Amino acid sequence: MAFIELRNLSKTFDGKQVLRDMSIDIDRGETVVIVGGSGTGKSVTLKHIIGLLKPDRGQVIIDEHDITKMPELALNQFRRRFGMSFQEGALFDSMNVYENIAFPLRRHTKMKEADIRARVEECLEDVHLHGVEKKRPSELSGGMRRRVGFARAISLKPEILLFDEPTTGLDPVISDIIAELICEMDMKLGTTTVTITHDMKVAFKVADRVAMLYDGQIIEQGTPEQFQESTNPIVRQFIEGRAEGPLTDID
Amino acid sequence: MTTILERIGFVFIRVFEQTGLWFSALWDTVRWTFRRPFDGREWLRQMVRVGVDSIPVVVLTAMFTGMVLALQTFIGFRRVHAEQFVASVVSLAMLRELSPVLVGLMVTGRVGSSMAAEIGTMKVTEQIDALKALATEPVQYLFVPRIVAGVVMLPFLVILGDFLGIYGGYLIAVKMMNTNPVVYQQNTYQFLTLNDLWSGLIKAAAFGLILTLTGCVRGYYTTGGAEGVGRATTNAVVSASLIILLSDFFLTKILF
Ligand SMILES: Nc1ncnc2c1ncn2[C@@H]1O[C@H](COP(=O)(O)OP(=O)(O)OP(=O)(O)O)[C@@H](O)[C@H]1O
Ligand SMILES: [Mg+2]
Repeated sequence: MAFIELRNLSKTFDGKQVLRDMSIDIDRGETVVIVGGSGTGKSVTLKHIIGLLKPDRGQVIIDEHDITKMPELALNQFRRRFGMSFQEGALFDSMNVYENIAFPLRRHTKMKEADIRARVEECLEDVHLHGVEKKRPSELSGGMRRRVGFARAISLKPEILLFDEPTTGLDPVISDIIAELICEMDMKLGTTTVTITHDMKVAFKVADRVAMLYDGQIIEQGTPEQFQESTNPIVRQFIEGRAEGPLTDID
Repeated sequence: MTTILERIGFVFIRVFEQTGLWFSALWDTVRWTFRRPFDGREWLRQMVRVGVDSIPVVVLTAMFTGMVLALQTFIGFRRVHAEQFVASVVSLAMLRELSPVLVGLMVTGRVGSSMAAEIGTMKVTEQIDALKALATEPVQYLFVPRIVAGVVMLPFLVILGDFLGIYGGYLIAVKMMNTNPVVYQQNTYQFLTLNDLWSGLIKAAAFGLILTLTGCVRGYYTTGGAEGVGRATTNAVVSASLIILLSDFFLTKILF
């Protein structure tokens, strides 16, 4: 049985079906990258994995627990095993950068303030941010905010990491640093990671497996090599980034 | 015709829906209040925000209400030669009714609205989702400290309002209407019972609960960006004020 199993998820928002019978299995320690066009439901999928959204139909099974049926209190406990970075950062704007990253440490560990400080500095170092501890989220650039969100997600070294477009809007060098970091955490800590990205370079670098979401379903998945060789015309168009093709013919 | 009935129906459904949400949020808050971890610093911060920061508003409101009340009753009572009862009317009215209700409404405008805006902004910028993702229940982290602050601090503000209202009335009566200060003071306490004070304080705690909970709930169920936050803020003030005024009647009936 896979570590994370999404089974036949369906989700409709205001009459618009976003996921239809979507399934994917993710093994423990695996790094899966989900790609797909804008608005196809990648963020929605990620929010189902951590139970922020409930599917209309289907199951989300994580380590043999069906989290769609979990009561709120148990789910709250269960989420300590997760770290998630949001597409827009979702930093707490009443706190500065330091307090944002220290938040999970203060709440869920009995670490001393000195250890917390050391860990926060380490996390900021990891995402190549310097001298921003005292800044408010509103004083940061979009890319900096995203990196602080990333740092907050990894600060507790959780066993499951979910990244929603961690490198979008970052320069190519920093993108590569973040990609390296994801690989490194995977190697050192055996973290199970689900990453969403539009950046095919990052996708092929970090992924054990790449999956493409299209029309509410996973239409193709495989190792980066297999994915690149895919003959599915939709996947081909997406990888090659062409304006003409089946992806754009429909609407 | 059917459309009108339909609309009325929808209004009723909405009211029931909102009432349900409100009470379920109340129940959740009660449950989460007694669960670890207790966030002492945040509780204190909210108490300062609800209590200490509201003092100027309460001072002005209560003083002027006491003054205008004395002035009005004086004008009326003089016609029936009952000026000696002005003091009793002012103190009774302030303690039992005016101080709790006016403080409740003023704090709703100041704090209830800002709570709705704050939590609403957190909702539309996914900060609420981020809290949950960090294994932190928003009801515990956001609702509990705010509501505890409301329930604890409103009675103190009302006591302050009681004093200042009575003092305002005294100023008018003694300085403007040339009442004998000693007689006025005596008449202030003469007909008061402890029950008058208590009923006002119980009301205050209830209004504190109502205005903070309404602010939190309205914020929490915000949808639709900046405009949605604006709507949530207005709604929080309007519904909290209405609930305060309605429950005031029933509380008075129950508490005597
Ligand atoms: N809370 C919500 N309420 C209503 N509709 C929603 C909600 N969340 C997502 N949707 C809808 O679901 C669809 C998929 O959204 P999602 O955010 O998952 O896209 P995405 O694949 O992450 O796109 P992008 O790459 O642009 O981030 C969109 O059409 C969006 O309008
Ligand atoms: Mg997205």
